[in-house]
Amino acid sequence: MMSGWRIVSRTEPREWGSVVIFAAAFALSLLICGLLLQVQGKDGALGVGLLLSGGFGHLYSYGETLLKAIPIFLCSLGVALCFRLQIWNIGAEGQYVIGTLGGTWFVLTFASLPGWLLLPGMLISAMLAGGFWACVSAVLRQRFGMNEIISTLMLNYIGIEILKYLIYGPWRDPAAMNFPVSPYFSDSAVIAQIWNSSFWLDFGLSENIVDVMAQLCGRAHWGILSCLIAGCLCSFFLQKTRLGYEITAAGSNAKAARFAGIPYSRLVILVMFICGALAGLAGIQECSATLERLEPHIVVGYGYTAVVVAWLAKLRTVRIAFFAIILAGLRVGVENVQLELQVSNSFANTLEGIILITVLAGQFFNDYSLKRKFS
Amino acid sequence: MFKRAMFLVLALALSCSAALAADAAKEIKIGFVYVSPVGDAGWSYSHDLARQELEKHSDISTYYMESVPEGADSERVILSMARKGYDLIFTTSFGYMDPTLKVAKQFPKTAFMHASGYKTSENVGNYFGRIYQSRYLTGMVAGLMTKKNQIGYVAAFPIPEVVRGINAFTLGVRAVNPKAEVRVVWTKTWYDPALEKDAAISLLDIGVDVIAQHQDSPGPQEAAQDRGAYSVGYHSDMSRFAPEAHLVAAVWNWVPFYLEAVDQVRKGTWQPKSDWPGMESGIVDISPYGKMVPEDVRATVDQRKQEIVDGKYVVFSGPINDQSGKLRVEPGKVLSDQELISFDWFVDGVVGTMN
Repeated sequence: MMSGWRIVSRTEPREWGSVVIFAAAFALSLLICGLLLQVQGKDGALGVGLLLSGGFGHLYSYGETLLKAIPIFLCSLGVALCFRLQIWNIGAEGQYVIGTLGGTWFVLTFASLPGWLLLPGMLISAMLAGGFWACVSAVLRQRFGMNEIISTLMLNYIGIEILKYLIYGPWRDPAAMNFPVSPYFSDSAVIAQIWNSSFWLDFGLSENIVDVMAQLCGRAHWGILSCLIAGCLCSFFLQKTRLGYEITAAGSNAKAARFAGIPYSRLVILVMFICGALAGLAGIQECSATLERLEPHIVVGYGYTAVVVAWLAKLRTVRIAFFAIILAGLRVGVENVQLELQVSNSFANTLEGIILITVLAGQFFNDYSLKRKFS
Repeated sequence: MFKRAMFLVLALALSCSAALAADAAKEIKIGFVYVSPVGDAGWSYSHDLARQELEKHSDISTYYMESVPEGADSERVILSMARKGYDLIFTTSFGYMDPTLKVAKQFPKTAFMHASGYKTSENVGNYFGRIYQSRYLTGMVAGLMTKKNQIGYVAAFPIPEVVRGINAFTLGVRAVNPKAEVRVVWTKTWYDPALEKDAAISLLDIGVDVIAQHQDSPGPQEAAQDRGAYSVGYHSDMSRFAPEAHLVAAVWNWVPFYLEAVDQVRKGTWQPKSDWPGMESGIVDISPYGKMVPEDVRATVDQRKQEIVDGKYVVFSGPINDQSGKLRVEPGKVLSDQELISFDWFVDGVVGTMN
């Protein structure tokens, strides 16, 4: 009797099985990381421990991980929406930048507005600017048939150049010794951290609890609320509204959707606008909450990380949140390995890459099964 | 559905957190935050050479983190160094200034030193070296060696530190060769070997025959060597990347400065201050000359170097004109440190714009 393996396409996607697959792939990737560290003459098991504890093991890891997950989640949510319609928008990075510029413009121009106007104004302005930037690609695609992969990618670079122009030119803070930074945002335009120790101390909370909470929440800011709202709205929109259904339908077959009378072009512009708006929101929140002014250093590649997250999550909202946190935690954890074991930055990036690629590769088994072949 | 996986990961993580290594006996722990990779022959490399020297002392442990992006990420890195109980933390890029101050506020017992900025606080000092003195001397070498009187300068970002370097270099060029011009291009990068090499090539294409640079990669040096031109290095002796082209380099030597800071922290005498030592302290210097630099050029430059070390010659002393020919520094006057720290104009002889 001859036997062998063959690959069978699954008709039903796995549900609980996919959790097992993820866990197995993740564990495998950690094993590879440990071996690589061992080859480098480091303690592999310790390294893997440092990786996980850096991102998720300490009280203070969670705040840092959450802080980093916020922009990744928002960008990824938008990107996933575009991908649903099979619009390959990889321009979240540029939309994030332009959104930040839109918000910064509002803050710098209307600095004297009261806080209840300034903060929402900043957020809305950022979302409009980011949305507009994404729509440029959408219109180019629908009007002139320009491939959106190319246009969104190119617009990323243009967006970053515009940022540089503004920050080295008109928006440069004269008080900053000619360094390329904008003036600080006025206090009411700064998104606060979730945990305000002095407030709770005044409230009468014991010092120990305040200290623990301060460590736990760390630098995580109220932008987390926008993630919850955006996530819920997005789920609702996709599952409960006609437009959301049309997006999914048109995504699986654009031609059929057109015949069915679905306004395809408008859908393209809509999803691109939403994605741009979410990326812009991510940008201005990051800028306002962590740096409290515009600096060229706000551009750190969240827009690209978002694409990876969207794929890992198979475009599903809850999973996007999960993977945004995992990826953010990995970044934080990898830094811990770098610092404690004194490995090089490229090696740390390699570890991160190995984990991602292994988990992505593992997803193969979500869609396919290995079946024993008997003949 | 992902709950179970999440619990799994968390459980795994929490159990591993106990594995963190405990500290050994009483030794002083020093952290270094670098903006670029340490193997870059540039800025971070120059700091890391000093770190390795510190590490040789049995009672000093050093830790570094390279390629740390400026901005929000750097705050986390500095924070984790402070949390791990380091006694002294050097943050070596301008963009770390505000993050350093923020972290320092939460860790009043830790000493922080930030390079190339201008703010201090109760436990944050800032420091830099007067590398522009070395720039001036390398400018003299370039001015004496150019045949076409066209010198190219591949510059990083239009910020005061870089502008100051270009101006000092140009003053050096003009001091020995009033007909020469310095052409500036911006790469807006600190470390991008390919782009920085291309920028140098674009300058060589318009006819410069000496390339100077202000970045961390030796890309421009290689471009000069490929085209048979000369080059002036920065940060460290870059002659191994372009032995035929490398005339001289403006170089850092952080060892004595860092040893002293560590010593002060250990004794408890460390004070936060703005420290800007010059060539007399040895923190900045020029590298050995390339073999193509003739004896009379060396003698001229060495003499000026001695004058600077002795305090007899000040680089930014009047008369200095700006690009438009307007007199900016009166004869007999010198630019104050405050003016040097916020430089935003080019001296006469620079061809290029501020952005």
